[in-house]
Amino acid sequence: MTESSLDRLPEAIECLLFAATEPLTLERLAKVLERDEAEVYRAMVELRLRYTSGRGMQIRQVAGGFQLVTHPDFGEIVTRLLSAPPGRLSRAALETLSIIAYQQPITLPEIESIRGVNASGVVKTLVDRGLVREAGKKESAGRPMLYATTDEFLMYFGLKDLSQLPDLDTFAATLSEELSNPSGTPSQEGEEAPASDDDRQETSEAA
Amino acid sequence: MIDANPKSKIQNPKSEESAPIRLPVFEGPMELLLHLIRQHKLDIYDIPIAQVTKQYVEYLHYMEALNVDLAGEFLVMAATLMEIKSRMLLPKPPPPEGEEEGVDPRQELVDRLLEYQKFQEAAGLLRELEEERRRCFPRGGLIDFEPGPSIAIEPESAAVSLLLALRRLLDEADKREDVPPTLRRDRMTLRLKIREVWAALQEAPDGLVFEALFRHGGDREEIIATFLALLELLRGGRVRVVQREALGTILVRPVEGE
Repeated sequence: MTESSLDRLPEAIECLLFAATEPLTLERLAKVLERDEAEVYRAMVELRLRYTSGRGMQIRQVAGGFQLVTHPDFGEIVTRLLSAPPGRLSRAALETLSIIAYQQPITLPEIESIRGVNASGVVKTLVDRGLVREAGKKESAGRPMLYATTDEFLMYFGLKDLSQLPDLDTFAATLSEELSNPSGTPSQEGEEAPASDDDRQETSEAA
Repeated sequence: MIDANPKSKIQNPKSEESAPIRLPVFEGPMELLLHLIRQHKLDIYDIPIAQVTKQYVEYLHYMEALNVDLAGEFLVMAATLMEIKSRMLLPKPPPPEGEEEGVDPRQELVDRLLEYQKFQEAAGLLRELEEERRRCFPRGGLIDFEPGPSIAIEPESAAVSLLLALRRLLDEADKREDVPPTLRRDRMTLRLKIREVWAALQEAPDGLVFEALFRHGGDREEIIATFLALLELLRGGRVRVVQREALGTILVRPVEGE
């Protein structure tokens, strides 16, 4: 790299993010740019600032790194390039993923006891898809396989890391309120039904 | 959505509003139970167990009537509900001296439901994140986003696939049916329909696409009769239903050497 291009660190980072298809970590960027991470970080902040308006792209912090992606506002337009909109995960897959994400590493029987239904097929599909990985065996009777989420999982949901997921108990709080207050707010009448209905419609689209 | 009396919709599809048949698909007993609790706005900490058991069992009968193979877990839960119900009916023995009052027989179930519900909510959040993520494309990422068999749908959901395919056909029939229905009783019997479907399959040893079994432009009655005939043949092991990939077509094949 010439002297002048090194002076323009934000632009250099922009080039690297464009050229790479997967997220780049600060560590990796610093190594390539031969600068320390703090300096690269400052340049990244500067670059992201330039991307806050007037751009069709944005820099996302995902799976521990940074990635250049199209802005969600233009999602519909980009989708037109595809023969069909991108697929969705099934409800069973999302439910199983949420259990694994919060309780990892977790065994299949443990997942099944929460869901109340067999989950071997879903887990296998999730492993095949790279969203879940085998994470050793549990030191208990029968040494069952443990499962954990992958970086691919973080990328799929646009998460920086697992700590970005809200605390599980925040769900419990809203829930107790909703379920122990059956007469609740007037709007509740139609609220639950259409929501789950939409979900079922999705299932029918997927089949 | 489960109706108070779901069967009535099947038998009498043109009643009043002629609402399309809704075939709720539940992943498991926990989801079904929570749905019932919410739909009827019940207090989860004080579940009217007799009422819920009745509705739960009604749903099972409803699916049974459609010859859907329900996961064994659904039956286990039905048994659990009935056990709780019977324990609730028994007079409580007075707690022994110095001990706390006995635990509510519903407690364990409530705890499980609440725990399950947390993850269901978390799954809802993941769905939102997925929705947002689906609108952001990384460079060269379009290939990854192509829909296809990579979408996670469990292979065991064959029954569900069939039901959804049926629902699509019925919805289409609904759109067509603007002609006032005339009375034509006993126009077809199930036995006759089975013979008809079987004959069609005999001419196509490689199998027929699911939709091809249904006469074009048939009304609800005929669609349901054909579907029941197919289920009957399936149960007798005379046909096999194949769906090679998650979003693929459903192929109905006669079983050879019958």
